[in-house]
Amino acid sequence: MSKVRVLVGTRKGAFILTSDGKREKWDVSGPHFAGWEMYHIKGSPVDPNRLYASQTSGWFGQIIQRSDDGGKTWHQPGTPPGETPAPGPPKAESNKFVYDTSDASGKPLTTHQWYDGTQHPWEFKRVWHLEPSLTDPDTVYAGVEDAAIFRSTDGGQNWKELSGLRGHGTGPKWQPGAGGMCLHTIILDPSDPQRMYIAISAAGAFRTDDGGKSWKPINRGLRSQYIPDPNAEIGHCVHHIAMNPTRPGVLFMQKHWDVMRSDDAGDNWKEISGNLPTDFGFVIDVHAHEPETIYVVPIKSDGEHFVPEGKLRVYRSRTGGNEWEALTKGLPQKDCYVNVLRDAMAIDSLDKCGVYFGTSGGQVYASADAGDSWNPIVRDLPAVLSVEVQTLV
Amino acid sequence: MASSTIRVILPQHLRTLAGVGAEVALNLEGWVTQRSVLDALEAQYPMLRGTIRDQVTQQRRPFLRFFACEEDLSHEPPDARLPDAIASGAEPFLIIGAIAGG
Repeated sequence: MSKVRVLVGTRKGAFILTSDGKREKWDVSGPHFAGWEMYHIKGSPVDPNRLYASQTSGWFGQIIQRSDDGGKTWHQPGTPPGETPAPGPPKAESNKFVYDTSDASGKPLTTHQWYDGTQHPWEFKRVWHLEPSLTDPDTVYAGVEDAAIFRSTDGGQNWKELSGLRGHGTGPKWQPGAGGMCLHTIILDPSDPQRMYIAISAAGAFRTDDGGKSWKPINRGLRSQYIPDPNAEIGHCVHHIAMNPTRPGVLFMQKHWDVMRSDDAGDNWKEISGNLPTDFGFVIDVHAHEPETIYVVPIKSDGEHFVPEGKLRVYRSRTGGNEWEALTKGLPQKDCYVNVLRDAMAIDSLDKCGVYFGTSGGQVYASADAGDSWNPIVRDLPAVLSVEVQTLV
Repeated sequence: MASSTIRVILPQHLRTLAGVGAEVALNLEGWVTQRSVLDALEAQYPMLRGTIRDQVTQQRRPFLRFFACEEDLSHEPPDARLPDAIASGAEPFLIIGAIAGG
């Protein structure tokens, strides 16, 4: 019997929601790490019981948590609770993210553009996104603020920056968006272990074809009125990118404004906003079995971060964009003013595939029929930051 | 130099991380300073590394405060000696989360 496990990060803790394949009755576990901002929790595709979590706090900084039993118990990698530390220097520093400024990396990079146009030092603030390897449960990538990508190959105990991203040339021109200068999206290409995509607010999308050594901007076709040159190579506020793993060259993007697609691994983008009521938004995701079926949640505007007209509507396109239908069955259609953040939608791989999203109002909605109808799993969690789902067999 | 047993009171979230109660006891050799107290604390509870001082700069995290003997010692140099009452264990060294945020 198949099961699903939904991993929910909120502003005040993590929650784990489990159900059988019918996805009608749910068990709710949590809060885990109560009181902490849980930016992201994600499981290893190789070992579903291996979960990684980003636990952060304005007071206490960054913590990385790991579970090896599907979320029943957790520990900081390298420092299990209750274990007496060995004498000598620490063996693991799971929350130590040090930017590479070494000459060995070729291009030491210490500053980026600040809001006032001056150069500002790179300062680590938090981990926004954790992306476990497709092949090794001990390898995991972290997208951080200020924007950089780190990799751990020892289960999260130690982290090393893939500094070719910041050092590729445009780094000093990157500047923060309203939410900070965060690297929030990491997509691994299952057909090519050397290829990876990332996105940064507000720098844009980037791709590596050599396992993270070198990177290039992939923003051609993006047009952003809020930067001096709307067609610039970088500076675009990409909110999220999604990919169906069976068709890795095709990418879908929710930009600050505009929904976009690329059919050539990001080399060129074209707009597919079509008949959406507004093309501002944060989330975007792709159907598990129909690679031309995509989902977004339109948000009113960059100045009003809630759904338009008081109606919570997921929009689905079955044509790869441009033609969109509103999905409303089971979702509030009056007096609703929530937001859905960029990592707060996920899709399982059952048939029919399940779609999940969480709101700033603390609701987590699930659809067991690819979006045709929705039910809340929980209604009153803290504001939801991220939603991931694992399909367990 | 004499050894000391000092008492440290942690904020709630750090107690949870370290799996301890409100107060922990630390044995120190040598001068009792902010730095030596925090070094001993992190050696005994490595899960707290980076939560009180920045992992890289070793600076106190901005929203934390160090109190002792009814004084705010947060801005004292990290190698300044703490009051004798801390070194003797008569008074605890308090790590306090600033009242901020939601």
